[in-house]
Amino acid sequence: MAALQETVTHVASLDAKAYKYGFTTNIESEKAPKGLNEDIVRFISAKKNEPDWLTQWRLAAYQRWLTMSEPNWARVHYPKIDYQDLYYYSAPKSTPGPKTIDDVDPELLRTYEKLGIPLREQEILAGVQTRKVAVDAVFDSVSVATTFKEELAKAGVIFCPISEAVHTHPELVQKYLGSVVPVTDNYFATLNSAVFSDGSFVYIPKGVRCPMELSTYFRINEQNTGQFERTLIIADCDSYVSYLEGCTAPKRDENQLHAAVVELVALDNAQIKYSTVQNWYPGDSDGRGGIYNFVTKRGDCRGDNSHISWTQVETGSAITWKYPSCILRGNNSQGEFYSIAVSNGHQQVDSGTKMIHLGKNTKSRIVSKGISAGKSQNTYRGLVSAHRKAVGSRNFTQCDSLLIGQSCSAHTIPYIEAKNNHLQFEHEATTSKISDEQLFYAMQRGLSAEDATALIVNGFVREVLQQLPMEFAVEAQKLISISLEGSVG
Amino acid sequence: MLEVNDLHVSVGDREILKGFTLKVAAGEVAAIMGPNGTGKSTLSYVIAGREGYTITRGEILLNGVNLLDLAPHMRAANGVFLAFQYPVEIPGVACMQFLKAAMNAQRRSRGDEEINTPEFMKRVREESEKLKISQEMLRRPLNSGFSGGEKKRMEILQMALLQPKLSILDETDSGLDIDALKTVSEGVNSLRNPARGFLIITHYQRLLDYIKPDTVHVMAQGRIQKSGGAELALELEKHGYQNYVSNEAA
Repeated sequence: MAALQETVTHVASLDAKAYKYGFTTNIESEKAPKGLNEDIVRFISAKKNEPDWLTQWRLAAYQRWLTMSEPNWARVHYPKIDYQDLYYYSAPKSTPGPKTIDDVDPELLRTYEKLGIPLREQEILAGVQTRKVAVDAVFDSVSVATTFKEELAKAGVIFCPISEAVHTHPELVQKYLGSVVPVTDNYFATLNSAVFSDGSFVYIPKGVRCPMELSTYFRINEQNTGQFERTLIIADCDSYVSYLEGCTAPKRDENQLHAAVVELVALDNAQIKYSTVQNWYPGDSDGRGGIYNFVTKRGDCRGDNSHISWTQVETGSAITWKYPSCILRGNNSQGEFYSIAVSNGHQQVDSGTKMIHLGKNTKSRIVSKGISAGKSQNTYRGLVSAHRKAVGSRNFTQCDSLLIGQSCSAHTIPYIEAKNNHLQFEHEATTSKISDEQLFYAMQRGLSAEDATALIVNGFVREVLQQLPMEFAVEAQKLISISLEGSVG
Repeated sequence: MLEVNDLHVSVGDREILKGFTLKVAAGEVAAIMGPNGTGKSTLSYVIAGREGYTITRGEILLNGVNLLDLAPHMRAANGVFLAFQYPVEIPGVACMQFLKAAMNAQRRSRGDEEINTPEFMKRVREESEKLKISQEMLRRPLNSGFSGGEKKRMEILQMALLQPKLSILDETDSGLDIDALKTVSEGVNSLRNPARGFLIITHYQRLLDYIKPDTVHVMAQGRIQKSGGAELALELEKHGYQNYVSNEAA
């Protein structure tokens, strides 16, 4: 029908113009030579003045990586990546580790201002933002600024670049780094272990409820540069933290590799809420350029009654390969995964989660909403498994896919493994199209085709949006509309 | 106010409206009655601008504006409202959210300011009370899991809030019990005023006991066969439509 057709055509005609964050920052940077070898790994480690154990850790990862091959089981297609044709380290030249916000290059501050990320605490306090959110800003390979550090320190919370934590809290880093995602885990995680540049480190001490939202904002700027961040969050017993990460990148014709690792550790009765709004550059209307987002995220519910919840809104990247997972080790621990994955144009998404039930009476819940438009491919891939000791464990999985137009596709691939008889796993899946009836009904009430589509899509993803912190939910809602329409918002 | 002139409409190769002509004056309630399959719903969809119909001839004017030139949402902004025979469910979108989106979309299309939230809440409260719609129902997703009666009341609520110039009620009485029929009819009657026109499409006389029409038109074989006053509906109730469908299979 023409109304739907119009929307579809509109969506199909959408290209990079709709991507608001595609600007480039002109700033001098210091790079390691192109390519990857032991010297580059040593170079990165030396740049960060790392202790010997970490250099050796990186080198071991690099040796391991040489023996591995790139995974090819995902439903995504891309030309072979030449790992020798990438830069593995890039840092804005003027920041040899900023001490205060005044040391940060003004050009960088302007970049984050344009992105709507306030880094000056006084601005935040003056009400630029309604709620206080501490931000760690990572630009290419290094952290350029972390806000509210002092206020957080009063509560005992450590929130700093991981490169700094290596020096200030070596015992914590050494104890937990690689304890959730082992060095040998997978091709991209192993690569990350060898060359990771920076990222955020969070430690919430026993019994502390983190007084504000923590957030990391990732920005890839340099050309031909891989970004390999490493995030490590530890919630000690009886603590709570809510953490948000956001990502954008300039428009470039070539693909850029992003292979991050995020590790979460929740000890007894601790809760970690991790939200992602991922809006990497998705490429243009012909499928040129865009980020390859090959990310390993895993949370370990190590303590009894611990609770980890992942919420993700994925609208960007040319290719997304990402499965934020929970290891439910502690008895009565809980894992959650709420996901909205929007794909348009030539985007390819293969994303989902793994819920590994090891402890008794562990619970997990998966709600995945995939929206495909244009010529995109959107796959949900999930694993729910229960160890023979995980008696009384329960999972509920709901995967809904919404198709817009004729040229996209959606796939649901659930894996379920139960090794004991005392558990309850439920799986529900639906695939639907925005119907002509729904569109016409909304248009008859006065909404344009684009507004009607946005409204229906927002209804479809509502359950997941509700999981996001309020301000981010509003942002995410706008973002979804923009990714689908290019005109709303 | 509404003027449909010599309208010919096809779906695929099949012509459904064959020279349909009708005038509805401001303040008039016109009833269109006729057997199944004579194009009554097609007429309402074509006025509202649904896709999938080929208009081969004719025009539809609302206060002089040719509706056929406008997209459905612009027709709505110009004052066309269709109460659906089968209201559509929109999962995840609360009634309140939908009502506000619709009101503001129309206001924007007309170049008016958006309604502020307290004013909006007040209007919704007033109108929903009249229609016996609870606050709880307004928080639920639009039409999802609503009973037949609830869906029809929600249609009338939207009509009351959007204040259309021309309201088309397509088989609004279908699926309603007698109490719901009364509530819905009262809702419609309270909206009658000298500036508004109504087009009421129905099979049965029953609805017209509650909403008294000014004119009644018998539709068969894609056009109006006979027009008259309210008494025509009573005559149809007695004799059926056989006099109007004799020379062609319905």
